[in-house]
Amino acid sequence: MTARYTFGGDEHIFVEVDEEMSLEAFFKSLSITNAVKQADIKGVTEICPANASFQIKFDPDRIHPDDMMAELKRLEESAGLAERVLNTRIVEIPVYYQDPWTHETLMRFRERHQDPDATDIEYAARINGYGTVDDFITAHSGAPWFVSMVGFVAGLPFLYQMVDRPRQIQVPKYLRPRTDTPRLTVGYGGSFSCIYSVRGAGGYQMFGITPMPIYDPHQTVSHLKDFMVFFKPGDIVKWKPIDRDAYDQAVEDVDAGRFAPVIRDVVFSLDEFNADIDGTNARLQEVLHAG
Amino acid sequence: MPVKVITAGLATTIQDLGRPGYYHLGIPVSGAMDRLALRAANLLVGNPEDAAGLEAVFMGPELEFTEDAIVAVTGADLPPKVDGEPQAGWTSFPVKSGQVLSFDFLRAGARALIAISGGIATTPSLGSRSTYAIGALGGVDGRAIQAGDELPLGDSAGAVAGRSVPELLRRGPGSAPELRVLPGLYRHRITDAAAEQFFADSWKVASEADRMGYRFQGGQALEFVDREPPFGAGSDPSNITDACYPYGSIQVPSGTEPIVLHRDAVSGGGYFMLGTVISADMDLIGQLQPNTQTRFVKTDMNGALAARRDRAANLDAIRSALA
Repeated sequence: MTARYTFGGDEHIFVEVDEEMSLEAFFKSLSITNAVKQADIKGVTEICPANASFQIKFDPDRIHPDDMMAELKRLEESAGLAERVLNTRIVEIPVYYQDPWTHETLMRFRERHQDPDATDIEYAARINGYGTVDDFITAHSGAPWFVSMVGFVAGLPFLYQMVDRPRQIQVPKYLRPRTDTPRLTVGYGGSFSCIYSVRGAGGYQMFGITPMPIYDPHQTVSHLKDFMVFFKPGDIVKWKPIDRDAYDQAVEDVDAGRFAPVIRDVVFSLDEFNADIDGTNARLQEVLHAG
Repeated sequence: MPVKVITAGLATTIQDLGRPGYYHLGIPVSGAMDRLALRAANLLVGNPEDAAGLEAVFMGPELEFTEDAIVAVTGADLPPKVDGEPQAGWTSFPVKSGQVLSFDFLRAGARALIAISGGIATTPSLGSRSTYAIGALGGVDGRAIQAGDELPLGDSAGAVAGRSVPELLRRGPGSAPELRVLPGLYRHRITDAAAEQFFADSWKVASEADRMGYRFQGGQALEFVDREPPFGAGSDPSNITDACYPYGSIQVPSGTEPIVLHRDAVSGGGYFMLGTVISADMDLIGQLQPNTQTRFVKTDMNGALAARRDRAANLDAIRSALA
C-alpha cells in the first residue's frame, strides 16, 4: 500500500492511499488527516478524509504547493508510526428495512434497474448468495460499520462494514441513476452503505429507511442542536432492524423533540480487530448496550 | 424591508464569498461563481469585498427599493435599468426609494453580480449568506429568491454613484474561451493518446451547466487503460473507489462527457478525474453560456501559479482604481 500524491489544480493535493477499499486504507487516510489537523500547517483550508484516500485544500498564496506536498509526505511517515487506535463513538441507527416509501420509489424506477422483476434488496440478497431477504438483513445489520467518508452532498455518510473481505456485501449501482430518493433512505452501492441525508437523485440500491434525521440545517432536531451534521469519518454504526410500529414511534419522538440516539464512546484498535474480528465486534455491541 | 422582490429571474441567488471549512462534511464552499465580479461590485458600492450580493443567471430579477441605495452590476453583460432608464455595467448608480431595478436581455456572459450598498443582510448559516440549495443553507430559507421575498440590507459605509471599473480591468468570457487544466488525479486511467485528444478537441458547454458543475459535449470518447477493477471501485472503467473531488476537477463518467465541478460541487464520488481547471480560470466558467465552444489547454503548476498572480494583480488594480 504505497500512497500516491497528485495535485488537484493549484489549490488541492489529492492522496490515494490505496486503489482498493480496505479498513487498512481507510484507517491510514484517517490517521494522516488527523495528523494534518494537529500539525496546523499554515494555508490549509480543508481537510477531507475519504474511503481509501484524502484531500487537502490549501491557499497557494500562503504555502507553495511543493512545500505543502513535502509537509504531507512527512506527516504520512510519522502517522505510519503512530498506534493504530481510534477514540471514537458507536451509534445505533434504527432501520425499517423494506419500508413502503423506498418500495414505492424503487417501483417507479424499475426500468433503470438490473433486475426489474425483483426489489433492490431481493436482488442484493440473491447476487450475494443469501437464501432469503431475512438472511441478508441479518448480515447487513449483524456486524457494525465504519463511517469511512462524509460527503457527496451535505452530511451523507458512506459506511464500510467491519468484516473480512469474503463477507463484504457487494452490489452494483442502478444502471442509470434515479431522479428521486426519499430522505433518510439506507442505500448500497459497490461495497458501501449510505444514508441519503436529503431527498434527491441517487444511484445506490435502496434497502430501507431510518427515522433518525442526520442533517438538519435549522438545527431544531434534538440530537442536531449543536451541529447540523450528525456523522463524521471514524464513527462506528450498528444498524438495528425495526418494524413499522417502532418506526412510527421514532418519527413521533423526533417530531416531539425527544428522540435520543444510542451513542457510546469506544476505543477501537485496528490490530485487535484484525486479530479477532467477530470478538471485537461483539465487544463493540456490548459497549453499545451497556448502561 | 429595503428590497422587495417583484420577479425573481431564472435562478437568482444570494451569494458572498462562501463558507469554506465544511467540505469534509459534504458542504461545498458555494459563493459567487464569478468571485472577481462580486468583489468588484462590492468595491463599487463601498461594501467589504465579501459582502453578500445577488447572482442572476441568464436573466435578471425585478427589485423594488424601499430605501435609497447605490447599486453596481458586474460580471455578465446584463444591462441594468432603473425605472426603465438604462444604467452602465461595472459602474455604481443610485436607486431611490420607490424605484425599481430591472434588467435588459443578456448580451454576453452568463451571470451578473448585483451589489447593493450595505450588502444583503439575511441570516448567515455556517458563517456565510451564500445559497446552497441542495443543503437548504443560506439564501432566503435555504433557497433562491422568489417573488414576494423581502431582502434586508446592512448599514452602508457611504457609497457614491458614478464610480466605474476601468474597461481594461473588466473580465468577460471572450470569444473563444480556453480553460487551463493541470493534468493529474486519475489521468493515468486513460491512454496517452486519449489525453492528447482531450486537449485537442473542441468542447461545447452542455445545457446541464449550473452551480454544481458544467458538463461539456462534442469531443471524442476517452479510451481507458485496461485493468482489473480494484475492490470497492465498481466495474465501469471510469469508476474509482469513491473519493474526494477537488473544485474544478474534470470527471468523465464512462469517458464520454466531461463535467467540471464548481462552487456547489458534490464533494466526492466514484468517477475518475483527468485533471483540474486552475483556480485562475474558475470565474470564467461561471460566465460560459450553454453551447459555447471551449477548449481545455494543458498547463503546469508554474503556469497555474503565474495565472493566479495575474488574477491577483487584476484585483489589486481594481482596488487601486476604486480606492
